[in-house]
Amino acid sequence: MLSIKNLHAGIEGKEILRGINLEIRPGEVHAIMGPNGSGKSTLSSVIAGNETYEIFEGEITLDGKNILDLSPDERAHKGIFLSFQYPIEIPGVTTTNFIKTAINAKRKAQGLEDLPAKDMLKMIREKAELLKMDRKFLSRSLNEGFSGGEKKRNEIFQMAMLEPKLAILDETDSGLDIDALKVVANGVNKLRNKDNATIVITHYQRLLDYIIPDYVHVLHNGKIIKSGGKELAHELEAKGYDWLK
Amino acid sequence: MELKDKLLASFMAFENKGNIDLDSDVHDLRIKAIENFEKLGFPTKKNEEWKYTSLNPILKYDYSVFPSLDNNVELKDIKKYFLHEIESYRIVFVDGVYSSFLSDTTHEEADVCILSAALKKPKYKMIIDHYFDKITSKNDSLSSLNTAFSKEGAFINIPKNTILEKPIQVLFFSTGSEKELMLNPRNLIIVGENSHVQIYERHQNLNKNKILTNCVTEIFAHKRAIVNYYKVQNDKNNASIIDHTYIQQKEGSIASVNTFTFGGKLTRNNINVYHEGEHITTNLNGITIIEGKQHVDNHTIINHKHENCESHELYKGIYDDSASGVFNGKVIVDKKAQKTNAFQQNDNILVGDKASINAKPQLEIFADDVKCSHGCTIGQIDKNAIFYMQSRGIPIKEAKALLLFAFGNEVINKVKIPALKSRIFKLIAEKLKVDMGFEI
Ligand SMILES: Nc1ncnc2c1ncn2[C@@H]1O[C@H](COP(=O)(O)OP(=O)(O)O)[C@@H](O)[C@H]1O
Ligand SMILES: [Mg+2]
Repeated sequence: MLSIKNLHAGIEGKEILRGINLEIRPGEVHAIMGPNGSGKSTLSSVIAGNETYEIFEGEITLDGKNILDLSPDERAHKGIFLSFQYPIEIPGVTTTNFIKTAINAKRKAQGLEDLPAKDMLKMIREKAELLKMDRKFLSRSLNEGFSGGEKKRNEIFQMAMLEPKLAILDETDSGLDIDALKVVANGVNKLRNKDNATIVITHYQRLLDYIIPDYVHVLHNGKIIKSGGKELAHELEAKGYDWLK
Repeated sequence: MELKDKLLASFMAFENKGNIDLDSDVHDLRIKAIENFEKLGFPTKKNEEWKYTSLNPILKYDYSVFPSLDNNVELKDIKKYFLHEIESYRIVFVDGVYSSFLSDTTHEEADVCILSAALKKPKYKMIIDHYFDKITSKNDSLSSLNTAFSKEGAFINIPKNTILEKPIQVLFFSTGSEKELMLNPRNLIIVGENSHVQIYERHQNLNKNKILTNCVTEIFAHKRAIVNYYKVQNDKNNASIIDHTYIQQKEGSIASVNTFTFGGKLTRNNINVYHEGEHITTNLNGITIIEGKQHVDNHTIINHKHENCESHELYKGIYDDSASGVFNGKVIVDKKAQKTNAFQQNDNILVGDKASINAKPQLEIFADDVKCSHGCTIGQIDKNAIFYMQSRGIPIKEAKALLLFAFGNEVINKVKIPALKSRIFKLIAEKLKVDMGFEI
């Protein structure tokens, strides 16, 4: 599904990602772990199409098609979703209105009519329920004044609404207490199927107890220095990253 | 000939053109006014109040103040500029001349008619003597110029205890069948005790020729009157306006002026408010969304002279390309105006690399027991927010529009006429070049 080959990327000429290779097939969950500053968020931003970053070398394809020339919204229309490590506050736009706009933009790109208001509301209600989201957040300005945990839950709510093919969860666990973590992980698991895939980026293996990865990759200094099965996460938890360097 | 000299010469001709109230007191006011204009001349950038707005680019044309009267504007040409979907009173002028055929006036629950009639009819003499040109600034040469050439505009006189359900639309069209035309419309609005009125004003050029409008509106809000005034300025790039609004408020009255500026070459809004009593509320709001080389200057002065009054100002601006803006908000709180609440906020987003804004709050506070605040922000479109929205599938143009719309929404929400509100939503979508419904 997603194929990254020899990806070198960075900012203002400075290389942050230094030759990433990653192959993700439908139905899989990949965890990417690694110390602070190793390039995890950069990698997710680059996959999502953040134009702040320059691509120096390499390719990213989705279902065999190059996506590097696509804008972030075009990538979203093709099914890529990024749950932000630091979700952005959008004052003046309610969560409901934001997600409506996003869904209808995607439908428009697919040549579909706007989703009827009734169906939209029903879907919003269902997904909010799935994530045990307090409904009052739906009518508040997106992320404005939300706690860290509320923001993360809202990210997964949006993911549930958009039903992406490839979801990248960048440190979705940070800011969540254990109960919220379980709810969010449960939401993510419910959305999984044989046709979609998930990249879970995390510091800690805690989240991986709930979203069980098929593969674990260790990112260090812009390179994947080790890949393995889910037991690698336990090993990292016990030994830290230093033994790998 | 310089424009000033031409105008001075034109004044004689204006007075001699006949059909004008030469024997009234207004005649004397006009004479004084033209003398004042002659003395002061057009303001230059040396004048502190005009430091960031130069009139030179619009004063270099050979404007005529005598429009030809043979325009043939039809309802279908202008329908889109007024709120035709609701019931309203309508006062329509074309090239400065009243069009009874396009208008819908009344003398029943109130006088909603025209100034030229009020100046001539004896039954209005007392009102004219009492109100006309009583609160305009005599230090402002452009207001004086308007007074000198004042003969037509809206005359709205609402008796006490009258709630006018229908909004009043005051519409000024120019066809510029002359090559370059200067208009000096003059509005007089008197709102009696406990009365309510909603007024929508718009100036619109329909043609390719250059138009300069120098408009003066005097508004008198009596005790507990409520005046909601809306100005939509979305003119063509060959039209400029200098708009002066003078408001006198009596005890317990509420006056709100909402200015929406989306177009025009140069737009200067002067709003001067005088409080004459306690428990008065003044609300001045505005949104500016301009582009290209357009220039908008909002100058407000609120004179707090009595205790327990409040004023709220909220002006937002979005400037693209090399558009430029000025916000100058002066609040004067007299020594005896204790317990005044005066708030002022001016927020701006510069979208274009060459866009600029000069913002200057001026608080002159001489009382000690007051709550006054002012704030000013200048920002850019947040790139991270745009990426965030794009990552959810919202294309960049729509993402920007949504952000900008959200930025201005607080002001749009102050519009109390639903038809006008959705009109403004549409104008903003048009302005931001997106096809989306903003109604949240
Ligand atoms: N927008 C940016 N501007 C400058 N440096 C950046 C930017 N984004 C990331 N970096 C740098 O790239 C490196 C990797 O950052 P990041 O991808 O956020 O790491 P991680 O998510 O693994 O903690 C860090 O050294 C960081 O300072
Ligand atoms: Mg990170």
